[in-house]
Amino acid sequence: MRGGAARRGIWNQKKMDAMIEISDLTKTFTLHNQGGAVIEVMRDAALSVAPGECVGLVGASGAGKSTLMRMIYGNYLAASGRIIVGDVDVATAAPREILDLRRETLGYVSQFLRVVPRVPTLDVVAEPLLALGVPEAEAQARAADLLARLNIPRTLWGLSPTTFSGGEQQRVNIARGFAHDYPALLLDEPTASLDARNRAVVLDLILAAKARGAAIVGIFHDTEARDRVCDRIIDVARFTPGMAA
Amino acid sequence: MTDYNFAYLDEQTKRMIRRAILKGLAIPGYQVPFASREMPMPYGWGTGGVQVSAAVLCPEDTLKVIDQGADDTTNAVSIRRFFERTAQIAVTTATADATVIQTRHRIPEEPLRDGQILVYQVPIPEPLRFLEPRESETRKMHALEEYGLMHVKLYEDISRHGHIATAYAYPVKVADRYVMDPSPIPKFDNPKMEMAAIQLFGAGREQRIYALPPFTRVVSLDFEDHPFVASKADHPCGLCGAQDSYLDEVIVDDAGGRMFVCSDTDYCAGRQVDGHRGRDNKEDAA
Amino acid sequence: MTPLLQVKGLTKTYGRHIGCRDVSFDLFPGEVMGIVGESGSGKSTLLNSMAGHLVPDAGQVIFDTRDAGPRDTRAMSEPERRMLSRTDWAFVHQHARDGLRMGVSAGGNVGERLMAVGARNYGAIRASAVDWLDRVEIRADRVDDRPTTFSGGMQQRLQIARNLVTGPRLVFMDEPTGGLDVSVQARLLDLLRGLVRDMGLSAIIVTHDLAVVRLLADRLMVMKDGDVVETGLTDQVLDDPQHGYTQLLVSSVLQV
Repeated sequence: MRGGAARRGIWNQKKMDAMIEISDLTKTFTLHNQGGAVIEVMRDAALSVAPGECVGLVGASGAGKSTLMRMIYGNYLAASGRIIVGDVDVATAAPREILDLRRETLGYVSQFLRVVPRVPTLDVVAEPLLALGVPEAEAQARAADLLARLNIPRTLWGLSPTTFSGGEQQRVNIARGFAHDYPALLLDEPTASLDARNRAVVLDLILAAKARGAAIVGIFHDTEARDRVCDRIIDVARFTPGMAA
Repeated sequence: MTDYNFAYLDEQTKRMIRRAILKGLAIPGYQVPFASREMPMPYGWGTGGVQVSAAVLCPEDTLKVIDQGADDTTNAVSIRRFFERTAQIAVTTATADATVIQTRHRIPEEPLRDGQILVYQVPIPEPLRFLEPRESETRKMHALEEYGLMHVKLYEDISRHGHIATAYAYPVKVADRYVMDPSPIPKFDNPKMEMAAIQLFGAGREQRIYALPPFTRVVSLDFEDHPFVASKADHPCGLCGAQDSYLDEVIVDDAGGRMFVCSDTDYCAGRQVDGHRGRDNKEDAA
Repeated sequence: MTPLLQVKGLTKTYGRHIGCRDVSFDLFPGEVMGIVGESGSGKSTLLNSMAGHLVPDAGQVIFDTRDAGPRDTRAMSEPERRMLSRTDWAFVHQHARDGLRMGVSAGGNVGERLMAVGARNYGAIRASAVDWLDRVEIRADRVDDRPTTFSGGMQQRLQIARNLVTGPRLVFMDEPTGGLDVSVQARLLDLLRGLVRDMGLSAIIVTHDLAVVRLLADRLMVMKDGDVVETGLTDQVLDDPQHGYTQLLVSSVLQV
């Protein structure tokens, strides 16, 4: 396939200091249609996450936690600084490199489930594996396994998740995010809108990912969840000048 | 009545047509545009064939004209009379005696020989026309030898009828290069197109001339698993008993009675003179 | 890795009016590039210039051919370019009628490209056609029907099958979901995503619909008045637009 497993092995063997390494990261928004207002939302951010480590981001609402996560994923552009994931500097990498990174190395579970309408839930969850060249049957089996663990009834697997409840959509989102064993994971509020039972399942998934060496950055409003899985906490206020993110 | 120039057309026009013919012979199957003249018969009545014949006739020639194989139909008679009047050349119904044969939609059964010219009347010269109406596009296809569309037509036939249903004007590839419409001759005649005589094709309304020099390779298009078959009605001729000639089906009475006779009247008559008789022939063998 | 397509300084004008100006980008195998912009932005001009339907005034369109490596398609002879567009390239038109032969059966439409490159076995051609109809979710019993009897969505899927049957590596698409019912669009988008992934296709898709590019394209170029004003990963350009025009475009999208 595409060497994902081989690369993962390399990360573990190297026993690197960091799978995710952020330094001198700065972000501004320039609102051209509002008189060119320039809003600085991040200055000199630094962060380091080792394989097997889970770092939790905390801070006031709108303080910049999601912004930082999106920048790591390449969804937001950095004004300056470095975002090293594995051996790729996301801040300066070519689109192709970031696409490869997202496919094999860096997973992201956002707060929103964005899907092509009318695609069945099972296929939505299997898709990251199909993109890696995993045979369809195997990909669907793994997807089924995750959906079952996350207590999505089998009867819903053939339906598009666009009509599901918020909690169900969140679980489908999580299943998709954990379908492939990413060496690095970004989780934005993975346990929000979940009941205790499902929250426990998700935390188990996170712990299992840690155990196999994944480097994880997570945003958890739920302090109990945070305490259970996070090795360190970072308050983003350190590098966000207090303006809206 | 004023005298006509030999074979009706002025010499300049004949020169133009001859140039087109030479070009056509140099590029077998390629449709050469020519300035088709107003003729004293309307489009659809053989003006292309008549112009080509007029350009190649010499005073020493002997002309035969057939229409669906027959020398005695209205069109054959009137075109033959036209040339008798405007060229005063000898005319004949015997294929072997003719030097120029103008034909509508048939090739004579008797093999033609070196020194003879067969002139075909062509309605639509472009074999791709019904699939691709744009002249600009068909010209490019011929120029670039892009003939996939021709096979699409045959594919459609098979999908619709179970076999290639094209029974006449069956497309051919000549000299391994151009795909050509052989004019609406029955597909039975296609194999005859590899012959010792020169073949000239004239389309008056469409203003195109094309040609085949003697012994040009002519291959009827087909699929590997649906090969070309030169088929005819599965009967002998009712008049002369011939097994290998193309037949016309003739209704003989009001009760649906029918007879199959050779389409080539000269061929049939010749066989009867030699003593061959078919089942429906009422004359005595003597 | 060699880019599948390298566009360099592509410019096309219509007299004094700029169609597209000085457009450059690289496209790699397996990537889908979206080009968005409003009417008059030059996106269709750019697409047609790349695909060889229009002759650009300047620039190169270098394609990594199978036999001869990277070659400037503008410098190719017309027969070579036409051969390319029948084999390695495909073009999906906005209106299926422009990309299909309406008087030919579905099977004939799909088989044409095969016959154009020398396929001469009726049974094999038909089997390929049926296989492809199945892949685009058209029932096999429609193989002998003409596209005039198909719905708009089916015609578009037939057009896609017709284009993909020779296994092209690069597909140009001009508003592939334009004019289709919303529910039909969804099905078509999913089909396209699946085919792109399964066949390792690269694609360049022109559309004015931002929702379509978000779902289908990896990378995005935003055009305004003939210029590319912004380019980057699709989600980045839509979520963190840098250029004023992009910001305006994104904020103008109606939410459902």
